[in-house]
Amino acid sequence: MNIQEQFIKDLASKGNRNDGRKEKDYREIIIEKDVIPKAEGSARVKFGDSEVIVGVKMGVGAPFGDKPDSGVMMIGAELSPIASPDFETGPPREDSIELARVVDRGIRESKMIDLEKLCIEKGEKVWMVFIDIQIINHDGNLIDVAALAAVTALHNSKMPTYEKDVVNYEKKTKKLPVRFKPITITVAKISGKFFVDTTLEEENAMDSRVSVAIKDDGNICAVQKGGDSLTESEIHQIFDLASEKAKELRKLIN
Amino acid sequence: MVKREDGRKPDEMRPIEIKAGVIKNADGSAMVKFGKTIAIAAVYGPRAMHPRRMQEPDRTVLRCRYSMVPFSTTDRCRPGPSRRSTEISKVTREALEPALFLDEIPKTVIDVFIDVIAADAGTRTTGINAASVALADAGIPMRDLVASVAAGKIGKEVMVDLAGKEEEETSCDVPIAYMPRSKQVTLLQMDGDIPVKDFNDVLKMATKSCEQIYKKQKEALGERWIK
Repeated sequence: MNIQEQFIKDLASKGNRNDGRKEKDYREIIIEKDVIPKAEGSARVKFGDSEVIVGVKMGVGAPFGDKPDSGVMMIGAELSPIASPDFETGPPREDSIELARVVDRGIRESKMIDLEKLCIEKGEKVWMVFIDIQIINHDGNLIDVAALAAVTALHNSKMPTYEKDVVNYEKKTKKLPVRFKPITITVAKISGKFFVDTTLEEENAMDSRVSVAIKDDGNICAVQKGGDSLTESEIHQIFDLASEKAKELRKLIN
Repeated sequence: MVKREDGRKPDEMRPIEIKAGVIKNADGSAMVKFGKTIAIAAVYGPRAMHPRRMQEPDRTVLRCRYSMVPFSTTDRCRPGPSRRSTEISKVTREALEPALFLDEIPKTVIDVFIDVIAADAGTRTTGINAASVALADAGIPMRDLVASVAAGKIGKEVMVDLAGKEEEETSCDVPIAYMPRSKQVTLLQMDGDIPVKDFNDVLKMATKSCEQIYKKQKEALGERWIK
């Protein structure tokens, strides 16, 4: 363990953080909408120095065999080497796959996108929604930043039109059929205390983390634990903290 | 009480079969069956880490690879890693790591390979059960065995070890892994839709079932090693 990690752990054991925040404090959150002209919807979200752009693109393709009348949603994440000295070029690694899949589950399980409204011709043609997460600068808590950016981008997406087997990206009339605002909150455990919105330095020192996706009605719709083990009572504490913070973050989406 | 597809009670798992020492070449191995789901795990190591740039100067690296073989599912699944299998390999590693003493032998690796040869729901949990027994079978010092199962809710009823069509009917699916001695949860995932207050019941049922699996794991190791 290096000195910085030990320093963060020592602070954490007293409930303190090296940037002066309290356990439940978020960094300054900045949300910009429609930042990418060619995308159907997009958002740039910053939590302090962590910055993510999410773009939504749409196309027409074949539905999955088991859901012939339902649109298709896909989420990918790219930990671009521009964002951190630790990111490398090459095929997606474990971290980016987990990031994409956790954000995916939060959105998919909340049934936020009304996929049945995206059917064009049953069994043949449906709209496909591609949500791509691009990390611009990595300073921790990427799951929460990406999830918030994805939900914001989807809420501001406009559908292209489909005429005579051609997608017209110039003519966007209708909004993408979305309904809820699922919020993903990651709670980290450092030295036995719980923190939200961890920085990269804090993530290097943390013991474990749990990401919880919470729907508008307060129900949870996705959970992912990472790192070391936890007791049942710790899990409940994490859920309570995540539920509390989700209410605050949901107000930021419009 | 709701009748389940295969006539089980809500808190009843599928028939479980565990066998340690199924692959001669491996340092440790195990086969675990949960109904029609079958996973085989092999452990190699601790051995020198290659490539050497992946060595850790002060600890053993645990490397897990979960994979479904092409004929394990109704529709043939493509061989090689997928996004799903990469994620499961990661959470499997994190489910097993807390049970191991990884800071004892530097520059080495413990490889855990899990092949799901027949899939009928619960493949990641069955794989973790097999891997845990295989690690013990390899004689690797452990704090505890790791037992794993999923619980979920169908309608108002909490059920354990979801199988077959049940997985599609559930309002939530919570796979966990658990170390019974220290009561630590080492794997926790969930998808679905559930009020926070109901989560406790699901977690309780899953941990209780893990204690039963734990017994069977120990029996299997006993059969292999206690003459």
